[in-house]
Amino acid sequence: MSTRAASPAALFWAEFAESKVALGGLFVFALAVLLALTAPWITPQDPHDQALLSLMDARLPPGSVGSGGYTHWLGTDAQGRDVLSAIFWGLRTSLFVGAAAGVVALCIGTTVGLAAAFFGGRVELALMRLVDLQLSFPAILLALVLVAILGQGLFQVVVALVAAQYAYFARTVHGAALAERRKEYIEAASGIPLRPTRVVLRHLLPNCLPPLIVVATVQVANAIAIEATLSFLGVGMPVTEPSLGTLIANGFQFMLSGRYWISVYPGIALLIVIVAINLVGDQLRDVLNPRLKK
Amino acid sequence: MIAFLLQRLAGAVVVIFAMSLIVFAGVFAIGNPIDVLINPAADQITRAETIARYGLDRPFWEQYGYFLGALIRGDFGTSFVFNQPALGLILSKLPATLELALAAMLIAIVLGIPLGAYAGLKPESAISRTIMAASVLGFSLPTFWVGLMLILVFSVELGWLPSGGRGETVLIGGIEWSFLTSDGLAHLLLPAFNLALFKLSLIIRLTRAGMRETWPADFVKFARAKGLSMRRVVLVHAMRNILIPIVTVLGLEFGSVVAFAVVTETIFSWPGMGKLVIDSILTLDRPVMVTYLMLVVTMFVTINLLVDLAYAALDPRVRLGGQR
Repeated sequence: MSTRAASPAALFWAEFAESKVALGGLFVFALAVLLALTAPWITPQDPHDQALLSLMDARLPPGSVGSGGYTHWLGTDAQGRDVLSAIFWGLRTSLFVGAAAGVVALCIGTTVGLAAAFFGGRVELALMRLVDLQLSFPAILLALVLVAILGQGLFQVVVALVAAQYAYFARTVHGAALAERRKEYIEAASGIPLRPTRVVLRHLLPNCLPPLIVVATVQVANAIAIEATLSFLGVGMPVTEPSLGTLIANGFQFMLSGRYWISVYPGIALLIVIVAINLVGDQLRDVLNPRLKK
Repeated sequence: MIAFLLQRLAGAVVVIFAMSLIVFAGVFAIGNPIDVLINPAADQITRAETIARYGLDRPFWEQYGYFLGALIRGDFGTSFVFNQPALGLILSKLPATLELALAAMLIAIVLGIPLGAYAGLKPESAISRTIMAASVLGFSLPTFWVGLMLILVFSVELGWLPSGGRGETVLIGGIEWSFLTSDGLAHLLLPAFNLALFKLSLIIRLTRAGMRETWPADFVKFARAKGLSMRRVVLVHAMRNILIPIVTVLGLEFGSVVAFAVVTETIFSWPGMGKLVIDSILTLDRPVMVTYLMLVVTMFVTINLLVDLAYAALDPRVRLGGQR
């Protein structure tokens, strides 16, 4: 398959690229990130600028030319906003919330999991009891409760998502670290003796990474989905900072009268992003799980 | 066994108590509900009177103590919006949510077990691959999005099924039920299917995994070698062993079905507890929010307790060595 001289990264990439579906998922996800980052320059209209909106253009079907003189490929919403532009900007918000929540939850969850595994005893019991308790509630319910308490807004939504999701990381890292902790190399490192922080960070953590990466991918997709759900229910992102979920919620009332495009296209964008991330995650799981190796 | 039971029971009570503090502290932090309670044009005297009447001017601990005392007496406060007891209000919506949740579970079981068993018996066939791909979608698609698509396709485009509400209901034992009338059943179908989708995917995967694990086992081989019909081997010999984990998971997941009903009820305007709690969050109706949260927490803690106890009864290792 590959030569012995190949670096681990190249080997990893070769194995990942074996699945064309996963490659496609990665490509679509990269494209979504690119579109989100460049939205201010590539969209025909800034959907946040009220001055650019005209009620004359409200609820135009896809393909119509509005008063701005350009084609609304995906139609316009009730305020005359270009749906395509709104989607690219919404993608910005959704991806940012997903990434921010994922990264912070990863850091907190990893710290909790490593601390529990390394210290053991009462610390472990207390931390993992809390994690187990949290995991017995669905993440969406916890996030809903927290957003109800904290209120609407970007910061509040990220905090709610982190609080609801860190437990998944903690559980994963704890499990992996427990298995690694008993191996000789950790004993050897502790016996030299290296400082405990160095043992944990330089020796234990790197060996816990494979399952962590898989969980991180899935949890970013989940964070995006939960944020969209909260925003759809009207308790997530505020109208001034619409995510894909907010856009879908805005179009919901018009769907029953047949103006499907206001909700459906943002929904399709959301769907594509979530499925793409999950495809990448699935392949990562196959590549990184030693039990599934042929 | 009694020591174990008491220990778990005490743990459950501690969790509920802790949650009551967290919920109250959290809800306390939400904006002042006084603006919802009185007419914006009301003068300062009326305002002060209302604040005093609801105890909103007292310190946090005093309000919490009063809340806890009332809670123990079974008094969950009065809804600011509907002006009736919060507990009664939520309980009056409970049957609608339970009907929806049970219908969803039923759909998930009736469709999930046969589909999963088929996918497990013939893992390489095209139909099995389709089933598994669909189950991946069922996991990853957000519930609310699937709900919207169901409305768009079956209500707006095809016009086969209604898009919201409970339809015609029948009164039995003082409670309204939708599933007994054809109109109610039509209203129940889409939301129940929407709510079922996630659990359906879960059951398909569990059944498939169970079937693939059980099929090569000696007792199945023996049953087949005896010349029993395929039907009997699958339904009686294999299925019995697969059903144990499925029943466990279903029991555990029932709580999450009720929690997810919040989303489905909002989309399909199903008048259950979930829709009520979303409305109460949006109108800052504190007593209703707190009551709902306490009910859900109690429900989850009770379900977990029952599962723990069932395991302890079935597996002596749990009750003897499980204390770590």
